Amino acid sequence: MDFPQYATTSHLLTWIIFTPLIGVGLILLSLAIKPIFGWSKVVTDTIARGTGLAATAVVFLLAIVLGVGYADQPGELAFVHHFVWIRQFHIEYFVGVDGLNVALILLTALIGLVAMVASLPWGGRIEEGDHPHFSKRRVPGYMALFLILETGILGTFCALDFFLFYVFWELMLLPMYFLIGVWGAPTRVEGPGWIRGGPYAAIKFFLYTLVGSVLMLLAMIMLYYASGPAVLADGTVSEHTFNILYLAQMGQAGHFASAAPILGMAFSKVIFVGLFIGFAIKVPMFPLHTWLPDAHVDAPTPISVILAGLLLKTGGYGILRFNFQILPDAAHWAAIAVAILGAISIVYAAFVCMAQTDLKKLIAYSSVSHMGFVLLGAASFTDLGMNGAMFVMIAHGIISPMLFLIAGVIYDRAHTRDINSFGGLAVKLPEYAGITGLAFMASLGLPGLAGFVGEIMVFLGAYGATQTIFKVIVGVSAFALVITASYYLWAIHRMFLGQFNQKWSGLWDMNWRERFALYPLAVLTVVLGFYPMPVLDLFRNTLGSMAASIAALNLPGL
Amino acid sequence: MASYPYLFLIPLLPLLSAAFYGVFGLKVHRRFGEKAVHWPAVLLPWGSFLVSAIGLVTLASLHGEHAALHQSVWSWIHIGALQVDLAFLMDPLSAVMAVVVSLVGSLIHVYSIGYMKGDRSYWRYFSYLNLFMFSMLVLVLADNFLFMFVGWEGVGLCSYLLIAFWYTDREKAAAGMKAFVVNRVGDYGFTVGLLVLFWGLLGVVGATSLNFHEVQQLVNAPGMADRLVQVGLPTAVCLLFFLGATGKSAQIPLYVWLPDAMAGPTPVSALIHAATMVTAGVYMVARVHFLFALSPTAMTVVAVVGALTALFAATIGLFQHDIKKVLAYSTVSQLGFMFMAVGVGAWWVGIFHLVTHAFFKACLFLGSGSVILGCHHEQDMRRLGGLGKLMPWTAASYLLSCFAIAGFPLFSGFFSKDEILWQTFDSATLLVPGTLLWGIGAVAALCTSFYMFRSYYLTFSGTYRGGAAQQQGTGEEAGHKMAAAKASGPDASPLGHPGQGHGHTLPRESPKNMTIVLAVLAFFAVVAGFVGLPHLWHLPNLFEHWLAPVFEAASQGLANAGYGAGVEWTLMAISVVIALAGFFLARWLYRDERNPIPRRLLEQGSPFIRGLHRVVYNKYYVDEAYQVAFVDRATGLASMLAWFDDHVVDGLVNLAGAIGRFFGRIQGAIDLYFVDGLVNLLARTFLVVGKQFRTIQTGRVQSYVYGVMAGSGLLIVILLLVV
Repeated sequence: MDFPQYATTSHLLTWIIFTPLIGVGLILLSLAIKPIFGWSKVVTDTIARGTGLAATAVVFLLAIVLGVGYADQPGELAFVHHFVWIRQFHIEYFVGVDGLNVALILLTALIGLVAMVASLPWGGRIEEGDHPHFSKRRVPGYMALFLILETGILGTFCALDFFLFYVFWELMLLPMYFLIGVWGAPTRVEGPGWIRGGPYAAIKFFLYTLVGSVLMLLAMIMLYYASGPAVLADGTVSEHTFNILYLAQMGQAGHFASAAPILGMAFSKVIFVGLFIGFAIKVPMFPLHTWLPDAHVDAPTPISVILAGLLLKTGGYGILRFNFQILPDAAHWAAIAVAILGAISIVYAAFVCMAQTDLKKLIAYSSVSHMGFVLLGAASFTDLGMNGAMFVMIAHGIISPMLFLIAGVIYDRAHTRDINSFGGLAVKLPEYAGITGLAFMASLGLPGLAGFVGEIMVFLGAYGATQTIFKVIVGVSAFALVITASYYLWAIHRMFLGQFNQKWSGLWDMNWRERFALYPLAVLTVVLGFYPMPVLDLFRNTLGSMAASIAALNLPGL
Repeated sequence: MASYPYLFLIPLLPLLSAAFYGVFGLKVHRRFGEKAVHWPAVLLPWGSFLVSAIGLVTLASLHGEHAALHQSVWSWIHIGALQVDLAFLMDPLSAVMAVVVSLVGSLIHVYSIGYMKGDRSYWRYFSYLNLFMFSMLVLVLADNFLFMFVGWEGVGLCSYLLIAFWYTDREKAAAGMKAFVVNRVGDYGFTVGLLVLFWGLLGVVGATSLNFHEVQQLVNAPGMADRLVQVGLPTAVCLLFFLGATGKSAQIPLYVWLPDAMAGPTPVSALIHAATMVTAGVYMVARVHFLFALSPTAMTVVAVVGALTALFAATIGLFQHDIKKVLAYSTVSQLGFMFMAVGVGAWWVGIFHLVTHAFFKACLFLGSGSVILGCHHEQDMRRLGGLGKLMPWTAASYLLSCFAIAGFPLFSGFFSKDEILWQTFDSATLLVPGTLLWGIGAVAALCTSFYMFRSYYLTFSGTYRGGAAQQQGTGEEAGHKMAAAKASGPDASPLGHPGQGHGHTLPRESPKNMTIVLAVLAFFAVVAGFVGLPHLWHLPNLFEHWLAPVFEAASQGLANAGYGAGVEWTLMAISVVIALAGFFLARWLYRDERNPIPRRLLEQGSPFIRGLHRVVYNKYYVDEAYQVAFVDRATGLASMLAWFDDHVVDGLVNLAGAIGRFFGRIQGAIDLYFVDGLVNLLARTFLVVGKQFRTIQTGRVQSYVYGVMAGSGLLIVILLLVV
């Protein structure tokens, strides 16, 4: 097999990934020298916040440079940084940008900045409830973990070496655990044996995703040993490889389809299932989704933003990058099952949304529903479907952060998220009502806003899949159009319309911090609704050829 | 197709104002007052009208079969087979629509200045109304299905926002929600229809598009139509699209939202829920007429549903007390007529009726708005009456429009409705006889004439029954008053509206900017019909001629029964008789309060009549049935699934956790008592043994010597034994 050499072309990506870690170093340094200068807590808190904001802003600016640079050569692999890391096991440091990850990297930089703005107590009054606000507690720790998390997510999207990918994947887990557990809601008892709260949600999240990670680790090692000889960055020949692009090359040539079976089951199918479960938990897909509502409900607002906007996308990205690119034959085999699970996620979660009274829980389930579109579109292996899946990820990555910020706005003021306890809020908070309306409309797929573009592409693509059953699947999942509209409108109805509930006469409208976080996303939602081509151009060549190559597969024995 | 670079201005102008007032409206309103809000917000839609009119004139100067203006703004979604642009198309059909929409819309903007005066959310009203203009103009000018869908959903959104405009009233807010959700059911049909069309074309023709003209070309390519019909594509697509149309245009089974939509401000009812938005379904069917023409099944469904809706809604309209409810059901009924027309393939007639209806129904609604404003937000006709003398302009324009909608000769409605009935009678394309549909339509027309004049006489003739003192007694059907008062819908009570002091002075005529609009619309309601004169009169039919380039090709494939001119004259005469009959009946019963028949019928009539009245008055209990059949089911399913998710799916996860903990405990116990127990046992053994040995360590030299000697002896013995 002929392997192209991917030589280092730029260090930009490495800077993007590790800039947040530099910030962590600065925060730790400030803590170390605190006793020397006799700084008070206020000083270190301010340093930590400033560093966090600066680091995420730098990442954002660098990402814009990246995006502008990449827009000239869409579909190509670019900004490669590649060298041998652990020679013994053929592990390399290999990061690069191609059509699959470019949009997600840009999204990460944007949402990271937005979540950081939402983590600052500046620019608005913050009412303490019976529990201190997350933005004022143990600030250096929060900021450090936040930045580590951002590095983990960026690394996950950029890594083109499976081992490196795994390292970053696990790196996301730990900060998330602490951010939910420590800065999330305190433990509360909701009935006998029904203990909920930050620590519960954090452990649930951690263990749940760890199960997926273990499966992924096993699959990775098996894949490594099944891979054929390849070359390393410096040109030396290696017996096996972790290089994702080489693995994909081998997989598309049928290397893994014909590998020795495991316990009598086809090799590629076993690996596919292992990886798929790992990623599907992150997506999350029915029935592996129940960690999400808990994690969202009890996480602090910015962490919910990152969780919904970015973490879920790592799952969808992983499925495209690994399951579909490396194991196209097994993807072919599993397509219908994946699509059906996606459709169930869409409709089932939408129904569950209708019954929710907790605003954050409603939004969390709506994420499950919308991420179902990603599975449905990707599994169709049509040009439109796969591009639609990617666009749904981007659109959801913009809209769901808005939704969680909105939930945070009301929780910061009212210290409750019980939809039924509000009423007539539009009288008192007109601006908030307006932005909520926009976000809900975007999320329910109103044409002209970003959510619609992805959804209609997924529907169009999935309906055109070669398997006839897709037509039924699409027909069923399109019911979500009605259900989604119902639950969002009903939520608006209960929260904002009707007689103003005098209990909330002490509330106040949006402040500048919230505007800084929300308005850019709102503008993007509208712009991408009418002008999605710049984003689609970033990945449509890559996904188009991927769809074509999988759909054209005619592998023996399948 | 000629390029015309100004088309984008038509929707853009209102959008600018909508966006501006959406964001800054509150501040502008507070600081600079209402004038600063309504001047730009009213002028920009007039700008749209101007550009549309210029476009219409430009279009008229073009000749040839494909005379159309086109402008592509930018590529919207270009992925694989899907190539859609944000592009506008102005062909004769959309030109008519754009001009009517922008004209009626702009007039209603002017009217709103008076009607909404003093409302706390004045800015919000104009922002929404402008947004509606934008969406509606996108809907009619879009050159492809997907962009049309932007307008399609956009008008639904604006309808929601404006129905729920006075949102502090929970009932009004709920009416808005109902409108949106019911429309979404229709949109399900529209969306799936798109999918079937898109891939069906690709499968059969080998190429595909969502662009109207390209789809038409693909369908009309030689031999393709037959192959499409063979796989049943036109029928499937058209029925799905028609589901969408029933949602937007309030036809059976999705009409239920429109009567509730009257909760919005009356100009909104006039613009959105009568003149423009609800006609979107008719427009859409006309737009894709070339597909409907291939499917007699779909056409039959459209025509039959239209006819049934026309009759069904007209019967409900007979007994309503709320003047706006009467007009709402009359709108549903008139839309049914339009669907009859497009269902039998008389597309130009459907559009013709759409246009005349836009004028007279807008006029009627605005007239009712004028009454409502004058009478301190009273819309129950039992408490109106005698307004003809007090509000002469309103009364005159209302009466003229009543003549138009009832189909009095030479009024606009006469030409359009009569043509619909004639075309239906003469149609032989459908699977059911056209004469049957004609019969249904004729009965509906009779009902229409009756209830419209009933509403006129109850409102404008007799004596004014308003005021608290006169609440009891004089109204018709007084026996039912208590029950009816509950069901008659919410009385309008706008948010912070001044002049709401219920002083109950006599009603006054509305301000000039409202009456002028009424006069203009009444003028059009009278004369608009002359553009579409019947063939029978051997005068030029401008309207049909204008739309011919759009519909000509498709209508050639349709069959007529071939009735002669004699039949047509007879039908026309019957139409006139019907209109007159309804008029005289209503005049006899309701001209003043002296005729006791209506009351007596209900008070002393047989239980059957009373029961029938109750069923019809309560809209055949369709809302209640839907509530049970769909809403309750859906919410029930939702709570069931939520319980399932909490207790079963998540229960399994927690169970896994619990099992893990359980095994952990067991292992802990094993570790504590067994593994660690062994270790401890060993330690204890040593301890005990050591304790015993400690007694040897006495510290006395003698005992050590004994020990040494005993040990040595033992050693010697062992050595001797072993060696």
